[in-house]
Amino acid sequence: MDLTALARRREVVLLVLIALLLAAVGARAPVFLTPASLGDVLTDTAILLMLACGQMAVILTRGIDLSVASNMAFTGMCTALLSKYHPELPIAVTLALAPLIGFCLGAVNGALIAWVKIPPIVVTLGTLSAYRGMIFILSGGASVVTHEFSRPYLDFPRQSLFGVSALLWIALVVCAGMAVFLNFSRTGRSLYAVGGNPLAARYVGIGIERCQFLVYCLSGAIAGLCGYLWVSRYAIAFTEVAFGYELTVIAACVIGGVSVAGGIGSVSGCLLGGLFLGIIGNALPVIQVSPFWQMAISGFVILCAVIVNSRSEARKGKLILRETEPPVPAPLQVRPETPS
Amino acid sequence: MTSLRYEVADRRKAAAADFWLRWEVLLLVLLGIVMLVNSRLSPWFLDYYNLLDSTFNFSEKAIMALSMTLIIVTRDIDLSVASIIALASVFMGLAAQAGAGVPLLVLIGLATGLLAGFANGAIITRFQIPAIVVTIGTMSLFRGIAYVVLGDTAITSYPAGFSWFGQSYLVWSIPFEFVLFLVLAAVFGFVLHFTTTGRRIYAIGNNPVAARFSGIPVDRYRLVLFTLNGLMAGLAAVLLTSRIGSTRPNIAAGWELEVITMVVLGGVSIMGGSGTISGVFIAVFVLGMMTFGLSLMNVPGIVMSVFVGVLLIASIAVPILIRRMLRR
Amino acid sequence: MEILALSGVSKSFPGVKALDDVRLSLRAGEVMALVGENGAGKSTLVKILTGIEKPDAGEILIDGAPVDFGSPFDAWRAGITAIHQETVMFDDLTVAENIHMGHHPTLGRGPFRRFVDWRAMRAHTSAVLARLEVNISPDTVLRELTVAQKHIVGIAKALSHDSRIVIMDEPTAALSQHEIGELYKIVAQLKAAGKAVLFISHKFDELFAIADRWTVLRDGRFIGAGTIGDVTRDELVTMMVGRRLDQVFPKVTVPIGETVLEVEDLSHPTEFDGISFKLGRGEILGFYGLVGAGRSEAMQALFGITRPSRGRVRIAGREITVRNPSDAIRAGIAYVPEDRQIQGAILPMSITENITLPMVDRVNGGPVLRPKRERALARRFGERLAVKATHWDQPVANLSGGNQQKVLIAKWLATDPAVIILDEPTKGIDVGSKAAVHEFMGELVKSGLAVILVSSELPEILGMSDNIIVMHEGRIRRRFRRAEATAEAVVTAATGGA
Repeated sequence: MDLTALARRREVVLLVLIALLLAAVGARAPVFLTPASLGDVLTDTAILLMLACGQMAVILTRGIDLSVASNMAFTGMCTALLSKYHPELPIAVTLALAPLIGFCLGAVNGALIAWVKIPPIVVTLGTLSAYRGMIFILSGGASVVTHEFSRPYLDFPRQSLFGVSALLWIALVVCAGMAVFLNFSRTGRSLYAVGGNPLAARYVGIGIERCQFLVYCLSGAIAGLCGYLWVSRYAIAFTEVAFGYELTVIAACVIGGVSVAGGIGSVSGCLLGGLFLGIIGNALPVIQVSPFWQMAISGFVILCAVIVNSRSEARKGKLILRETEPPVPAPLQVRPETPS
Repeated sequence: MTSLRYEVADRRKAAAADFWLRWEVLLLVLLGIVMLVNSRLSPWFLDYYNLLDSTFNFSEKAIMALSMTLIIVTRDIDLSVASIIALASVFMGLAAQAGAGVPLLVLIGLATGLLAGFANGAIITRFQIPAIVVTIGTMSLFRGIAYVVLGDTAITSYPAGFSWFGQSYLVWSIPFEFVLFLVLAAVFGFVLHFTTTGRRIYAIGNNPVAARFSGIPVDRYRLVLFTLNGLMAGLAAVLLTSRIGSTRPNIAAGWELEVITMVVLGGVSIMGGSGTISGVFIAVFVLGMMTFGLSLMNVPGIVMSVFVGVLLIASIAVPILIRRMLRR
Repeated sequence: MEILALSGVSKSFPGVKALDDVRLSLRAGEVMALVGENGAGKSTLVKILTGIEKPDAGEILIDGAPVDFGSPFDAWRAGITAIHQETVMFDDLTVAENIHMGHHPTLGRGPFRRFVDWRAMRAHTSAVLARLEVNISPDTVLRELTVAQKHIVGIAKALSHDSRIVIMDEPTAALSQHEIGELYKIVAQLKAAGKAVLFISHKFDELFAIADRWTVLRDGRFIGAGTIGDVTRDELVTMMVGRRLDQVFPKVTVPIGETVLEVEDLSHPTEFDGISFKLGRGEILGFYGLVGAGRSEAMQALFGITRPSRGRVRIAGREITVRNPSDAIRAGIAYVPEDRQIQGAILPMSITENITLPMVDRVNGGPVLRPKRERALARRFGERLAVKATHWDQPVANLSGGNQQKVLIAKWLATDPAVIILDEPTKGIDVGSKAAVHEFMGELVKSGLAVILVSSELPEILGMSDNIIVMHEGRIRRRFRRAEATAEAVVTAATGGA
């Protein structure tokens, strides 16, 4: 209800696309449309959906967080080592610690971006590298494998409540939480202001630095939580966990209609974008297409999505260079009269 | 007009501080420290042949850093370069399997890079989409095609003469790759700093709108630069494939970030409009010598990434913080 | 009773003293006119009052108590709101949210008491818009509104908050006659409700129509204040410019020579339509109109920035096709754009580099840079315009606005044009530079150039032009010869009257 008309259109389009995709896959392999199979797709995509929500908050403020995958892998390794050497620790500790570690890593990004004022792409490129290297230093290059984890560590996300796995429940809570935060809190709304027009945001008393810091912390905390979930799900922690995954996360946002220029995006769009990628990934083996197609397809989809986006904006009669317009674009022939 | 005659000097009087605060000078000092520390830690570091051989590890990336510098100076970015390498390498591999000769292989590598770069530039300028989004897409697409073609297999059937490009030495045991980098660095440096083309590139990076209002065909420049960047990635693909003698779909994975790190550490602002080839040139050696030194001490490459990441951030943060302290 | 009082307020920016010992007082239920030329310090004063800038010295009293605004939010909380000159709003958000950004209403009770109350927000927006008697839905995304509508949203934003002091910074600049009438009603409503209004405008008719008192600033200094009934228009002008009006514009009349530029039916699908005119050697042709009348858009089409949908352009009788700015430059058209910082100067680059940029190949005689040649050219044109700088390699960013403008004019003169288009050439520059620019326009026509002057400043248009074209909503409304143009007739045409 508060979304821009553009985003609204975008979500409908995505929904139709997803339906078509499901129908096409279902036509070739009906088994893909069974509830169990669709449930698997959701479970497989849950982590991507959460990360995409966090990333969206960052992109809303005109930023980008390239360090999420490294953050996730580092936090995953931390929890894995903890589980290996202190199997007696209750799972609640892991569940609390993972977001906390991620939060701290995100706070480093946030502080450097908000207060030292280094461009986000540079900072997170640096921490992408640094956090990944820290995994190796922490683990000495060794992996933590299945039998080394404590039982609760591996079991928790698989536990089922009302027939839905804990992993999905967590994803649901995180995504719903993000949606509520972005739509119903003043701070959440001010993120849109910061990305849409930073100067105007300052005029209405929004602390831009505070918002920037916050989103990187948020993205970091989500990445941390996902770090535990990822390691637990695949039952292995090693240095290269989720290598390059940050780009998939950003892709989900872009497909979901989040504008990298800031200020536009919705949780629902993001989720649909993530689901789209998730369905493609899961459908390929089912319809006997080599999974090696996945990367090319998602690249192709990203390009299509951004081109469609740019065209829908071009239809509004904008000039080629947006900055060249004095704040007076608007069709001049049509001037609505104000009724008195 | 004003009646008072007003004297404007041609240029500012140079001050000693200007020299010492130049980014290139700071980088040289850093390079000196890296060399010193490395030579103290390892007796094999300052060996003529070792040093020259160490250039194999960074020459290909360094060549890409040159054209990436131009891209970043114009406020753009290209994340797809490593994927272009993979794509070009795959096509070269397919041609080699079909029995193509060495000249044709090189041509295919370069042409693939050129076309891929042109595709980037065309999409970016035609639809006016930020380069970062487009190249995230093509990054995935190009490497994806490599995976589609190769799956988890590799191509190793390259003709015998092909290894020359990546493995040969010229006079005094200097690797061909390294000489190529030096020559290209000189060419890029000349174009960026001593020609009107370079001037226009800086103008675009500092203010694309005003550049357009000054009669510069901004989009044509961007298109050409992306094409050039693709060509350089194609060249890097030829060198790398020739050097390691095989093509796998994950070839050069993650190189885009290493290349960008070289450029940014070289003092090129990610916001566009400033930076020099000489800065990038020195940064290439700082990173190269650091890696080499660490490898001599058997430190694994992944740990190196901590140094690289911290160095990247610190190199930008420290001057900002110092300036802020001075202003107080 | 006095609710706001400023005394001894000073503010400096690098190279400029924007405000120097300024005072101002506002009483409840009155409209105070703040008068001053561009660059007199009005905008800086507004920024200080709204907490965007901090004064270097001086005191701000609200209800007699000193206040210190650390942020725009502090000022807002103290009851000061401003309708800014530039629309500082959020294009991708709805009208309702634009009005409430930064202070969304919350549910206020229950477990979700800190949640944004969208319903209340929409209802409140509807109520405020209804008070302004405009028909805009609270759910419309701002991007889809016209300029005037956006402006009204800006006004609604100021009114939505129960502020006691409303600052209106040139609120009528983009409004049509009818909308201006509506605005006056709103101002009257505010007055009646006991609010204080600080009204900034260039249009004297307007000030005499609605203001109760006046304050004049010039070059950042307080010049005088009083009641509107005790002052005449001429007295205000004299205080504002420090000279008499006829001395301000050193109009040089040279005989108008053969036609240099002929434009026929230049049109664009969404910006302007049917623009035709002729321009002779030595002529200054003024284009007047409200902000957003399509003047800059037409000029930019002439210069190749945008593609017109139809129309013919002839230079010295030869038809030319302009596909991009470099075609225009080759044909002898130069365009000094309105927005100096974005469209004009490349701020971090040197004066020399800026001046030679459009001609950089020709100056250097090839693709290789020759610094000596470039500097010689920069010196030649820089000195002709009396650019004040310490050296020619100085970044343009370090110059004052006036000197930046001189550099830009020098840059375009260096292209050796037949026609030079000056789009708002004196906007936001100091009085001295302004006079220099006006004087220089005389030199230009004397040397045989044809000049198009696009300006929103009526005195400038009336004082400098040989002929005047008035545009309204993308079309030419009326044409005047210098002798027959009166302020009233020109303004009437610009606001859509006959």
